[in-house]
Amino acid sequence: MSTIKIELRPDQIDKIKEICLSFNNNPGELINVLHAIQGTFGYLPAEVQEVVAQSLNISSAKVYGVVTFYSFFTMTPKGKHPISICTGTACYVRGAEKILDEFKKELNLKVGETTPDGKFSISCLRCVGACGLAPVVMVGNKTYGRVSPDMVKGIIEEYNKPCCEEA
Amino acid sequence: MSNVKLTIDNKTIEVPQGTTIFKAAKQLNIEIPSLCYMNLEALSIEHKPAGCRICVVEVEGRRNLAPSCSTEVAEGMVVRTHNMRVLNARKTVMELILSDHPKECLSCAKSGNCDLQMLAQKLGIREIPDQDTVAMSTYRKDFSPSIIREMDKCIMCRRCETMCNDFQTVGALSAVNRGFDAVVAPAFEMDLQDSPCTYCGQCVAVCPTGALTETDHTNRLIADLSNPEKTVIVQTAPAVRAALGEEFGMEPGTSVTGEMATALRQLGFDYVFDTDFAADLTIMEEGSELLDRLTRHLSGDTSVKLPMLTSCCPGWVNFFEHQFPDMLDIPSTARSPQQMFGAIAKTYFADKIKVKREDMIVVSIMPCLAKKYECQRDEFKVDGNPDVDYSISTRELASLIKRANMDLSNMPKSDFDNPLGESTGAAVIFGVTGGVIEAAVRTAYEVQTGKTLERVEFEQLRGLEGIRQATIDFNGLPINIGIAHGLGNARKLLEDIRAGKSQFHAIEIMACPGGCIGGGGQPLHHGNAEILKKRTKAIFTEDEGKTLRKSHENPHIIKLYEEFLGKPLSHLAHSLLHTHYTTKSKKTIIIK
Repeated sequence: MSTIKIELRPDQIDKIKEICLSFNNNPGELINVLHAIQGTFGYLPAEVQEVVAQSLNISSAKVYGVVTFYSFFTMTPKGKHPISICTGTACYVRGAEKILDEFKKELNLKVGETTPDGKFSISCLRCVGACGLAPVVMVGNKTYGRVSPDMVKGIIEEYNKPCCEEA
Repeated sequence: MSNVKLTIDNKTIEVPQGTTIFKAAKQLNIEIPSLCYMNLEALSIEHKPAGCRICVVEVEGRRNLAPSCSTEVAEGMVVRTHNMRVLNARKTVMELILSDHPKECLSCAKSGNCDLQMLAQKLGIREIPDQDTVAMSTYRKDFSPSIIREMDKCIMCRRCETMCNDFQTVGALSAVNRGFDAVVAPAFEMDLQDSPCTYCGQCVAVCPTGALTETDHTNRLIADLSNPEKTVIVQTAPAVRAALGEEFGMEPGTSVTGEMATALRQLGFDYVFDTDFAADLTIMEEGSELLDRLTRHLSGDTSVKLPMLTSCCPGWVNFFEHQFPDMLDIPSTARSPQQMFGAIAKTYFADKIKVKREDMIVVSIMPCLAKKYECQRDEFKVDGNPDVDYSISTRELASLIKRANMDLSNMPKSDFDNPLGESTGAAVIFGVTGGVIEAAVRTAYEVQTGKTLERVEFEQLRGLEGIRQATIDFNGLPINIGIAHGLGNARKLLEDIRAGKSQFHAIEIMACPGGCIGGGGQPLHHGNAEILKKRTKAIFTEDEGKTLRKSHENPHIIKLYEEFLGKPLSHLAHSLLHTHYTTKSKKTIIIK
């Protein structure tokens, strides 16, 4: 359930409507619409879903149903550097769970949460199609292969460097 | 379309291509157990998500068992519906469904009338494996004025979703989350009362478990009936008498008006009155409003809004307040019969019997769950005291009669009390789709033309089609009438009005299939929509049996105007019998 209440600015509402319109406000395109909007906003709070529902002429219950069904969609903002640990079969058997535990411990986060400074968030995903590199971790768009628990600290450090702070 | 020949349980049958195994078996009188499947033929609703897998059958040559509700027949198919492999699979499926289902059958509102419970018995479930170790669903209870949601009892058949979205186009419910957490819920899992729910109760009417039930007031009623300080008055809606008997094993379509009046008296009500009285009153007010709007329209007054929409149905009122907030000036301002009754009971009648408002309890028996919400609306209260204190459904009344160890089928008949128990045939037909407008026509025609109707039946307004239209000749003046039942059908008429395409002068809308006889508070039809036709027939038979069949001929209505209200649409009538509507939606939420 959504715990964050936000107020959308008029330009943000226009942006959502524009994305919906680029799919001809076709309710059959709901997943693609949500995909595109999450790409722009980073997450899909209730207020955004209401605008989508209105534009596509479907109920917000339906939109919420789709958002909660697919694990890719999130209703809480991800961190500036979203960390995704693959827990697909190949990664899992090669120790993904230990990697995940290490990230959770280092950042003091649970899966689906974001650090208070908004920098990091942890999520799990199922298979990025790089099973040969298992276990795989993604931070933003960067992929790390053959990750072991002792590498976790170093990966986090990379994004705490001043150069990354500015980025 | 060509036919297909197949064998089911060693019997050969030929059916059109595209038929499902389930339906083909039915033609052979083979009953395949099902749970999520729902086929309301009379309403053209077939729900077959193949979600529960109870209806699986063995098809020769197929590796896996097939869900018969959604598997189409093929030439030469050999099907076994009840062999040992199938029975074993069904038992396992049922055990899995029950594994996280609360074991509350002793106190569950649905117990004894629960499809899940009945099927578990039928499939011979005697234990549910691993009960000490499996996780249980722990969804919160959601209370609203009309409906209680206990989603830990939801089995995800999604019948409620079909009614809410496809049939009613309300869009309050959707399947949310996935896996173990999957339930049907409003957007963002908000409480039902914050959602666009209209409380029509069609979700409750089709729920096969105790996940969706009505807000029960029977214990409150027992407390009030046993309080000697209170004068407790009951009013019963027209559709109740046409269905209550079903709960006592009577044939659907058996009218139990007289038996019900006796039962209510024996339960201890001080006055047993009839909502039908108020239905006659509604016709006086709503009919006059229609004639007033028509006359002004014909004299060139462009400010007058037409078509006029009926306003008796509280589910419908909620619907347009949520979804058509730009059109709140179109419906009639006349209150529903339930609320007119309450307003008259707590003023005119309370004065007559010299009982103070706060010592009087007005209870309504309704086929409807939205009525529970309606009587709580602030517009219908005087200094916080509601005109109608609370409403109980037909099902709740049946449960109460059984609790009091009464058998309705052996009950002597009796009449309603007067003055608020006298009614005409026009009032009885309020219970079926088309009935309110037919009643209005009977009165409006005679008032407008000054002529007496030779025939009071208007067959062209009757039927079960979702949207109907007819033109009635008012002595040279053609009046175009539209009728819709089911909110999805209502939406179509509303959208035409919004687009300026509507040619109607008056439109009747009822939220439930078949009108109030198919209301969310009626005895459960368990998927058999044929019952609705039988209840409809019972209502029309009741109308035919009445000496008076036009609302304006009701002697107690005439007296009420003489003694108290003056004339229809008078100042007093306006303050007691009319209302206003408010927008409920901050955002328009519409589907389809």
